[in-house]
This record gives sequence, structure tokens and C-alpha cells, in this order.
Amino acid sequence: MSHHIVDIVDLCHTYSDGTEALRGVSVRITHGESVAIIGANGTGKSTLLLHLNGYLTATSGTIRIGDFPLTKGTLPEIRRTVGMVFQDPDDQLFMPTVYDDVAFGPLNLGLVGTDVDQRVGDALERVGAAHLRTKPPYRLSGGEKKRVAIATVLAMSPDILVMDEPTSGLDPYGRRQLMQLLKEFHHTKIFTSHDLDMVLELCPRTIILHRGMIAADGPTEEIFLNTALLEECHLEQPLSMQGCPICNRNILLSCQLK
Amino acid sequence: MRYIDGAVRDFKNLDLLATGETAIHRLDARAKVIVTLVFIISVVSFNKYELTALFPFFIYPAVMMALGNLPAGYMAGKIVFVLPFALAVAIFNPLFDQQVMIQLGPFGISGGWISCASVVVRSILTVGAAIILVGLTGFPGICKALEQLGMPQVFAVQLLFLYRYIFVLTEEGGRASRARELRSFGEKGLSLASYTSLISHLLLRTWQRAERIHMAMLARGFTGEFHTGQPKQFGGRELFFVIVWSAIFIALRLQNIPQLIGTIVMRMLS
Repeated sequence: MSHHIVDIVDLCHTYSDGTEALRGVSVRITHGESVAIIGANGTGKSTLLLHLNGYLTATSGTIRIGDFPLTKGTLPEIRRTVGMVFQDPDDQLFMPTVYDDVAFGPLNLGLVGTDVDQRVGDALERVGAAHLRTKPPYRLSGGEKKRVAIATVLAMSPDILVMDEPTSGLDPYGRRQLMQLLKEFHHTKIFTSHDLDMVLELCPRTIILHRGMIAADGPTEEIFLNTALLEECHLEQPLSMQGCPICNRNILLSCQLK
Repeated sequence: MRYIDGAVRDFKNLDLLATGETAIHRLDARAKVIVTLVFIISVVSFNKYELTALFPFFIYPAVMMALGNLPAGYMAGKIVFVLPFALAVAIFNPLFDQQVMIQLGPFGISGGWISCASVVVRSILTVGAAIILVGLTGFPGICKALEQLGMPQVFAVQLLFLYRYIFVLTEEGGRASRARELRSFGEKGLSLASYTSLISHLLLRTWQRAERIHMAMLARGFTGEFHTGQPKQFGGRELFFVIVWSAIFIALRLQNIPQLIGTIVMRMLS
């Protein structure tokens, strides 16, 4: 199923003010993988994500999504394939009601009538937000907004799900629910996050970006055990891998040593 | 600012009314747009001293609100919000135009007062009709209808974006203004200098936000065309709706009904 593959070769991006955000990034993500892109603030994570659905154009380098190289002609197909959930759900929800918002994508895909209803119903059902369909987005809580934002993207049946900081701004319960939800998706998933515990739980593979370049790319657990590398990239181990604040015993590490 | 913020948020509810399921809501948006245009042209085309002939036109907002299940109090509140602007336009009429036109016993009413009242009544009618149109159709529906009626797509999309931008702007403005108020103790910090900086930041911030929203729209396949749910047909019901209302408006425009009734009553009494 080559159409779920993301292939980025030597991607560079320089903003118009001269900031070099990406300096030669090469990544290949295959079907069904769940990958986290982590790194300190300003290392180019969001810039990289915005390339995946063609919002930003590469200064140099190429991107292939499935069978298509990313060009102006393939943009519509690529935007259907890559579902992107933005960090701030307020940016993503702009229609008068939740229903209208979730229907926006399918309508743009050319669906009509009951097909749209079906898609919207299914997507809201999947994120557990069917009861919100008639509500205006600005009356929802943070967690509900996030769920609806995900539904707006699911309604387009994307093959690849890209999410910028999925757990930011959620309370612990909302975060746990969202993680459970994401676990159930069998799409190719690409996340950026500072929530390293979530990364540890959801993503078997992690890519560290540092100053616009890839500092590491490998199994998540291996990367999080390399404290020198993490420190160099202004990161630290997930809290669950750090010692207990009272007795300083590290439960996770002792498990792995056995 | 809190006042404006609240008012705008309240205004958003208008779009929600458009999700209603009455027969009027189900009509094709084009029919409602055409009727509203005919209504506005009829009302605006009276001469500037006309007052009595305007009152029968209130039948349209009254009937539409009743059929469309729109809350009258809420709609009236929205119209009042616009009234100060109409008053600002007309308030100097009584000063400039002092010629007495109507003699009510010892009181002479000048042409200025009549034209001022006429401006206010006309704005209530036209603004009311426009707000009712949004409440029955929703803004995206209106833009779609205008496009189907021949407005270039670029303008229709611009109009839709402008409408969305108002909300983005006031939301951001509300936040910026709150941050300034909370950190300016008493009068200090509320100076003109901080105000200009706030305004320029507001422009840049809303610009960025609008760009992010546009990005989210593109990510969901937006190609400059917008679609509104079930495609509707301009059928017999729509034609009937347009013809009946247009006939009523044109009749009311050509014939001063209150005056006519007055004459008939006077003739019967004499």
C-alpha cells in the first residue's frame, strides 16, 4: 500500500526573513507507522508539518506522499490523503455549528446529501462527540473542541493523520481519553509534541529535530534512554522514565533491566 | 470593549437561527435574497418626507419572524444595536430643514423632523430585513445565493471571509484590550500611545490568525468554492414566494395604504 508512505528527501526551508527553519531533513515513514517528531521550541517541527500538506513549499528537496510527488497539481489529492489537525482547535473550527464544521471537508470533496450526513455522523461517533452536532464550536470545552477538530479531519477519510501537539491544553482526563482514541486509529500517524509521556505510549518511533536537522531517528525507548542526546537537544526524559520524586527509584528502568 | 465583545458573540447566534427547520428556512436562499432586495429597494426609494407609507412595510418582518420562528425580542435587540448609526446620519436634519410641514393644533412639525423620523424608520426596516435574511438563511447561504444570482465568485468569497474576519478581529481585540486593562492601573497605560501600538498589533495578530484559519480551510480541501449542505432547487414554491412578496411591496410602494384607509373612513363618516 504505497499510498500511505511519506517520503521526504533533503528538505530545506528558509522563511522570507532569512530564518533557516529546516536544513536538509530526510525521513521515510511507512504505512501504519506512528511517529513522533519532537524537539525544543523553534527547531522546525511545525514548519515540517506544514510541508506535509503543501501549505509551505520547500526551498529545496522533495516530498512524496504515496504515489504522488507534492506539486501544485497533486495538492487536492494530497490534502485529502493527509488529514491535518492543528494545535489550536479554534483555528480549525470556523463554521456556525459542529455539524457544518465537520461537513465542510466532505462538501469540498464533492459529496452531497445523505453521503455527507453519513460521513459527519460516523466521524463524530468515532470521537465520541455525536451529542455535540448542533452546538456552536465556541460553546465547547477545550477537550470537546479537540475531539471535534479531529472529527473534521476524519470526515475526509484521510490515510495519514498529522497532529500538531494533540494533547496540549487538555486536562489529565481529557488527555487520557484522547490518547485512548488515537490508539484506536490505524492510520499512519505523525505527531509533534512536548508531551513525551504521550510519545512514549503512542509512538514506537521518534524523530528528534534540532536546529532544523534530524538529530536522531529510531525506536522511542532507545532514544529516551540516551540522556546525553536528549540534553544536547534541550529535552529530557519523559516523567514516567524519571525517578520517583520521593524514593528516586526508577520503576520503568528497573523493569527493563530485569 | 467587553460590551462590543458580548454583542458580537451574541451576533454569532444569528447564524445558529439559520439552522432552523421551518418552511421558510427550507426555501432556496435565492428566493429570500431577491425578496429582501425588492423590499429594501421599495423602502429606500420613497421620497425623503415619506413616513406614513412606510408603516405597512412592517408586515414583512413580522410575518417572516413568525413563520421562521425567530425570537422577536432578540431580533429587536440586534436592530437597536444599529440604530445609533442611523440617528447619527439623520440628527442634523431638524436643524437644517425647519420649514413647517404639518400643523398639529398649536404645534408645527418641521420637514427636518419628518425626514429624520423617516430615516430611522427606513433603517429599522432595511436592517431588520437584512438581519432576518441572515437568521433565515445563514451567511454562507446568502453568499452562495449571490453567486448563483450572478455575483462573481471572487466577491462572494471575499464577502464570506469579511464576515468571518469580523469575529476574528473582535475576539482578538477583546483579548488584547483585556490584557491592557488588567495591566494599566488607573489612567496610566490607557494613553493614546499604548492604544496605537495595540491597534497595530491587533492588525498583525488577526492577520496571522486569519492565515491559520485559511490554512485549516485549505487542509480540508477548500478551493475557493463553498458548499452549503443540501443543494436546493428554485422551484414553484420559491417562485410563488418571490411573486407574492414582490407584488405586495410594489403595491405598497405605489399606493399609500394608511392614507387610502384614512380617505375611505373619512368618506364613510361624512
